[in-house]
Amino acid sequence: MKILVAVKRVIDYNVQIRVKEDGTGVVTDNVKMSTNPPDDNAIEEAVKIKEAGKATEVVAVTVGEEKAQETVRKALAVGADRGIHVKVDGILEPLAVSKILQKIVDKEKPDLVFMGKQAIDDDCNQTGQMLSALLNWPQATFASKIDVKDNKLEVTREIDEGLETIEINVPAIVTCDLRLNEPRYASLPNIMKAKKKPIEEIAASDLGVDVSPRLEQLKVEEPPKRKAGIKVANVAELVQKLKNEAKVI
Amino acid sequence: MAVLLIAEHNNKELRPFTLNAATAASQIDSDVHAVIIGQNSGDAAKQLSELPVVKKVLSVEGAHYENFTAENFAPVIVKLAENYSHIVCSANTFGKNLMPRIAAHLDTSQVSDIIKVISPDTFLRPIYAGNAFATIKSNDAKKCVTIRPTSFDPCESTGGSAPIEKVDASEEFSNTKFIKREEIKSDRPELGTARIVVSGGRGMQSGDNFKLITEIADKLGAAIGASRAAVDAGYISNDHQVGQTGKVVVPDLYIAVGISGAIQHLAGMKESKVIVAINKDGEAPIFSVADYGLEADLFEALPQFMEELNKLNTIQK
Repeated sequence: MKILVAVKRVIDYNVQIRVKEDGTGVVTDNVKMSTNPPDDNAIEEAVKIKEAGKATEVVAVTVGEEKAQETVRKALAVGADRGIHVKVDGILEPLAVSKILQKIVDKEKPDLVFMGKQAIDDDCNQTGQMLSALLNWPQATFASKIDVKDNKLEVTREIDEGLETIEINVPAIVTCDLRLNEPRYASLPNIMKAKKKPIEEIAASDLGVDVSPRLEQLKVEEPPKRKAGIKVANVAELVQKLKNEAKVI
Repeated sequence: MAVLLIAEHNNKELRPFTLNAATAASQIDSDVHAVIIGQNSGDAAKQLSELPVVKKVLSVEGAHYENFTAENFAPVIVKLAENYSHIVCSANTFGKNLMPRIAAHLDTSQVSDIIKVISPDTFLRPIYAGNAFATIKSNDAKKCVTIRPTSFDPCESTGGSAPIEKVDASEEFSNTKFIKREEIKSDRPELGTARIVVSGGRGMQSGDNFKLITEIADKLGAAIGASRAAVDAGYISNDHQVGQTGKVVVPDLYIAVGISGAIQHLAGMKESKVIVAINKDGEAPIFSVADYGLEADLFEALPQFMEELNKLNTIQK
């Protein structure tokens, strides 16, 4: 079984986001960038499946500008076998990314495609589902547990009401939740080894996909600020305030 | 052209957020039709027809719809979509799972998780865990939009009498099989719609200690929430998680106990009307969004809180 894992470079989850004064976006200059956190879970799961002898190859793919390749390199350092970097400038909408990934799937013919359930920058939560629609493959979104059984996967999904378990036939798409596993850290020797692993570079323009934007981002602004609150001295004062001032209990 | 609302239900009745999504749909266009796809879901279809904002109900029945599998739902909606300008549903796990599958089939760039309808083609949505708001204009002929339910009031649920039209089922998608659903049954209000939410974080230190929160929640008629750290640590199940990748809640009162307030958690609760933070670390970021902060050891504060509540004669439910 061959697993393709899609990873995205985003502003690190610990960075305090600042909106640009001209309203065109958020500040990304000199800001720490990392792999989208649930994409790390997707890589980890694929590598674990390979280590368990149930997959033969793990290929990491990213779609983005020059520096996006760092995320593929990181995936290689934690166990992916090789990488693909689809180069494109600017921000792509999930629909465009899924069309590019469809082309990569056509070329690589993986049995499974894993990715994070949501990117923490645009918070869209679309790409995996869109890719499975384009391929007409089954989709297991928000996965918190994956059991590989021959040509099937049993996947536990986190849903609003609790947990749901489904069985999907391969080939299939899985989008990963943060609770799926604990991503490992890359060891120094593995980081060094990863530098020798191949990364194929493909220009998005060579894939024959229309990636032109359908959405216009008219403005990005700061959310309204909450007015500063107060500290109370003790529980009795808190309950009094809630009862008599805020009138919520 | 009219707007098509996708109803969320459990085959017996509508799920509450369908009413919020109906409000959003009616703000896009007053001509709202609603599709309900299920198995033996006639009662829920009737309920849907009684929403005054819904002008027509389309009902699709089939055994393969019983468990709301997106692979079975999407083809039905894609077929219906030719008569509609917009497809709308809630941005909860139901809608998040389903809508992109529809949008990709329609070759439409979806607009996810909107918090405001500015015009029929322009919407406001949070990005970066709610640390920025983006105004997005869609230039697609057909628009797929998921709405953040807590940002729209539920519509009236009675008084309407829309006609119910049967629509043919689509073929079954055979590569996905439903196995089971483990729903956590509780007499408490639903987290997404509760008037009061009491949430615990890593500071609770164990699942057992959550009983301190349960007690207070029961007294207040509140739902129980949790930070991702508490869920990851196994103190409480995932359906309680509030935050960027969990649920977004907007109660009248949100009480955060032993929660430091990572931006990912704040994303799920900072629109609450009144926020209380109880934390022994006075520097915890949660205090920056709290209306009332109490710097205290939660193991002392929670029993006292319970005592004070017991002293109050009337608790408004």
